[in-house]
Amino acid sequence: MSQGIDLQDSFIQLLVQLGLPTGLAKALWLPLPMTLMLISATVSIFVTVWLERKISAAAQQRIGPEYAGPLGTLQAAADGVKLLFKEDIVPAQADSILFTLGPAIVVIPVFFSLLIVPFGQHMVITDLGIGIFLWIAMSSVTPIGLLMSGYSSNNKYSLLGGLRAAAQSISYEIPLALSVLAIVMMSNSLSTIDIVQQQSGYGILGWNIWRQPVGFLIFWIAALAECERLPFDLPEAEEELVAGYQTEYTGMKFGLFYVGSYVNLVLSALIFAILYLGGWESPISVDWLASILGISDTVPWLQVVTASLGIMMTVLKAYLLVFLAVLLRWTVPRVRIDQLLDLGWKFLLPIALVNLLLTAGLKIAFPFAFGG
Amino acid sequence: MTLAEGVQLVSFGLLAAMMIGTALGVVLLSNIVYSAFLLGGVFISIAGLYLLLNAGFVAAAQVLVYVGAVNVLILFGIMLVNKQEDFKVIPRAWIGKAATGAVCVGLFALLTTMVLGTPWALSSATPVGDGATVLIGIHLFSDFLLPFELASVLLLMALVGAIILARREYIPDEPVEASVSDALTLPERPRDLVSAGKSDN
Repeated sequence: MSQGIDLQDSFIQLLVQLGLPTGLAKALWLPLPMTLMLISATVSIFVTVWLERKISAAAQQRIGPEYAGPLGTLQAAADGVKLLFKEDIVPAQADSILFTLGPAIVVIPVFFSLLIVPFGQHMVITDLGIGIFLWIAMSSVTPIGLLMSGYSSNNKYSLLGGLRAAAQSISYEIPLALSVLAIVMMSNSLSTIDIVQQQSGYGILGWNIWRQPVGFLIFWIAALAECERLPFDLPEAEEELVAGYQTEYTGMKFGLFYVGSYVNLVLSALIFAILYLGGWESPISVDWLASILGISDTVPWLQVVTASLGIMMTVLKAYLLVFLAVLLRWTVPRVRIDQLLDLGWKFLLPIALVNLLLTAGLKIAFPFAFGG
Repeated sequence: MTLAEGVQLVSFGLLAAMMIGTALGVVLLSNIVYSAFLLGGVFISIAGLYLLLNAGFVAAAQVLVYVGAVNVLILFGIMLVNKQEDFKVIPRAWIGKAATGAVCVGLFALLTTMVLGTPWALSSATPVGDGATVLIGIHLFSDFLLPFELASVLLLMALVGAIILARREYIPDEPVEASVSDALTLPERPRDLVSAGKSDN
């Protein structure tokens, strides 16, 4: 198994050769991947907003944003600048501390979860042993922020929106966790790196999507519900609740909700790509191609190609899923709140349990194919 | 002191201060919603302490179960109850508060002497770190199987109880006139007694 590029090791070795102590070199390395991840997450918002606007326009036979930048690519920047210059209003009867804290609590867990998203063998901020479990735990913190902002707005629509968001998030977390558990069972590890490793070697045929045909559907539905995307955007259903928990927010506090929801969408797509679509693996395994062509996997240029291909593959898969989510948003009608809860508790939960049981049985029966 | 030790010390101080501060807030604030949100802060700080103790899995489970489920449900409960009641000012309420304070300080003193007086047998084994998940699983299915199963039975009982409490098939047609005495009971149509014999009509 090729080790691939290890930027951290190379960076630390370089600094040590320059005469710095190892501890200082490690400390200098630490902020680099975090900053890079924050920047790429911010850029991903721009890309996703542009995609959303363009695809929705195409779905409705419009042109969409066109004047801000080439093909309207700077539209999201224009939106952001507009939000920055808006007056930051706290309603007179609102609870100002909770009102300010709410959006921050919604956004922080989402950015925190980017910690475990790998783009290659060593292209991850940190390879935690609990990996994917951290994402599940972090995504369960978000409803507290939503309840907080809903309650503190002192507005019945906000409160209803916040309560709906919390109910929805709790309901769909369980099928989500159960479908992830089936993957974890096959990979024998919670670490995202190990989950991708287990799918590698056979190209597109080795991906988990073939082994978990039910699991990936459950995961996708539950992930959309967790992101509060249409058809599951009940908490902000504008016909019923004005804008749900966002009703009283303006300026950058509203912007934080906006940022949080789009980063959450990209994050869910990335996690889907890691769990079911082989993460950084190409549809045709690069290792296999290299061994056919007789290139050793320690050749530097091959490692660079593999690493950059890995990043491209992960991002490509994630954005294909974002495309699917956007298309779903503009073509599917919204469900009612009772339908939403019925779907979660009476359909997805039993199916997810059966899927878990089947996976366990198949793992015992066919250990070679299901990661015995 | 290396960098890692320094970071550990500073984060321990921060987490401890945060935990004590939020816990005091939970107890002392009169606004129940603030208390509920601060409770989340207490749970998060405990998760941070677990992280410092190399127990990443326990920390994540703490966040998932206590912050993500328990605390959200507490908030949910608070926000769904719309019973308004003005509290009467009780004369000499400070006696009760002083007594509570005295009991708490006494308990704290007792626990402190216990912690300082006990010769703790500290384990010298290296922490397993990321292998903890496997070890926890092995323990849950061998020597801790009975507590694990009992906990699941307890949860099942709670689940059944919640369903029975929440399932109200008898909603009255006309609203029942509100009375002060049964303000906490939900409206329910009086249930017909099950007749002993079989009726033919």
